[in-house]
Amino acid sequence: MNEKNSTLLIYTLLYFGFLYVPVLFLPIFSFNDADYMSFPLAGFTTEHYEEMWSKRNLHKALWASIKVGVVASVVSTIIALFAAKAFARYKFRGNKISYGAIMMPFLIPEIILAVAILIIWVNLGFKLGLIPVTIGHTLFCTPFAMLILIARIEGFDFSLEEASRDLGENAWGTFFRVSFPLYFPGIIAALLLSFIISFDEFILAFFLTGSDATLPMYMWGQMRFVQRLPHVLALGAVIIVFTTFFVLLAFWLRNVGQEKAKKDIGIKL
Amino acid sequence: MIGFWRKIYAKHDNVKAYSLLSPALILIILAMVVPMALMLSFSMFTQVSMMEIDYTFTFQRYIDFFQKSLLVTLLIKSIKISFLVTLITLITAYPVCYYIAFYVKKNKMLWLVLLTLPFWTSYLLRVFSWKIILGTKGVINSSLINAGILSEPLTFLMYSETAVVITLTHAWAAFALLPLYVSLEKIDFSLIEAGRDLGLSRLEVFWKITFPLSLPGVIGAILIIFIPTVGDYVTPALLGGIDGRMLSNMIQAYFGKINNIPMGAASATIMLTTVVLITIIVSNVTKKLTQRLT
Repeated sequence: MNEKNSTLLIYTLLYFGFLYVPVLFLPIFSFNDADYMSFPLAGFTTEHYEEMWSKRNLHKALWASIKVGVVASVVSTIIALFAAKAFARYKFRGNKISYGAIMMPFLIPEIILAVAILIIWVNLGFKLGLIPVTIGHTLFCTPFAMLILIARIEGFDFSLEEASRDLGENAWGTFFRVSFPLYFPGIIAALLLSFIISFDEFILAFFLTGSDATLPMYMWGQMRFVQRLPHVLALGAVIIVFTTFFVLLAFWLRNVGQEKAKKDIGIKL
Repeated sequence: MIGFWRKIYAKHDNVKAYSLLSPALILIILAMVVPMALMLSFSMFTQVSMMEIDYTFTFQRYIDFFQKSLLVTLLIKSIKISFLVTLITLITAYPVCYYIAFYVKKNKMLWLVLLTLPFWTSYLLRVFSWKIILGTKGVINSSLINAGILSEPLTFLMYSETAVVITLTHAWAAFALLPLYVSLEKIDFSLIEAGRDLGLSRLEVFWKITFPLSLPGVIGAILIIFIPTVGDYVTPALLGGIDGRMLSNMIQAYFGKINNIPMGAASATIMLTTVVLITIIVSNVTKKLTQRLT
């Protein structure tokens, strides 16, 4: 289409404002020298950031979130890689039902997953803690990781793998020397995005952590006290910066990898 | 023996596919299907005392649910809020996707990445930032009072249904933007040009060609916004107050303070069933309506 539409352009830019402005208030008020978050701003301070160094519970919660995030993202990416391969490579009976089943955790209200895991975990006689949270997060991250990996794998020419087989490589050799390098950017993107989903996840953690708080649980606990809010804002601002960096990295990797693969093997993606 | 299995494995795509899928399917079965089945059976038990549950099967919890007007009200309110959120998100996101699909020529991917970027920042923090904006001493109220437009803060902004709807519309935007964009992007533009050439007005082109063709995206967005938002807990808990409470806040109470696990399980089951039924009806009606339009 060669026309321009300035009304729609203005609307789209306003919509961008609606999406971004609320999130930007967190970093703005994190430098504000007051307990209340209201205008006019009271003055510039980095005090709220310094405060974070002394909060031991915060460090504990951060460490808990990192542990859960690393395990959940690695396990869900591995599971998703196999599943994505199956959907991208084979036409098989029941593929739609299997796909729907694996995407389910993405659709079902999280509170229902949380409650269901809570009931079974407690009735098996286990203690609540980071393990059920990790299980829940793995379940929740797998569909996301699979969507990213399917997009990556679908474009590839499977004759490359067949050629490797024909030339005498076994299945593992083919996987590690042909498929894995090709999927690599997608795998990293899936790992990063699953880690972020797990790192930010609240509901499953809320029901399943017991006394071992993850970072979102820590923030939730602090939000009730007005005088503790400023350092939550500072923490939030730091989290936003890190997440944005990771997400942009993941998207960049996905695209760059795709471009490079196009050039390397000259196939249509 | 091993040779036999190898042969079967090599021959059948079905076997290959399912062996690749097995870890994912085992995860789904063990971490979702079995726990949800157990939740369903717990909804038919009775909580006798704090620690004790009577395991005889009964449908009494479901009867209890519909006899407690509070629970029914909360269920209806949850559905109403999600319905509003879905509708508003769709209507506000549609023009944006339309613009990117048909008017943006360069770097479409960049636009999309930028649109979905806020979605990746912590859900809790996004909800919290709305608390900063809408609060009694928040951004809107303090700015209006400073400017001398108001003398008292607007109270309806915070702790209300409105606050919950606005926040959820912001939080779930990405889930409308992506499916809508994908379906609009697929539309063959020559169809729209043909419509114009045949003398249809812009509005007619939109209703008779563009909108029906974008329907898969609309229905996809309905599915992935309406179902999860019915069960949202954080937003009503932080911003809802009494007026904006939803059923999930009650479900949480059954598993926490009230400690009536069967009642909580029954409420969760009813919530899921209702929302799935409504979604099926809504997507079918949308399809039918569009067929009549074209």
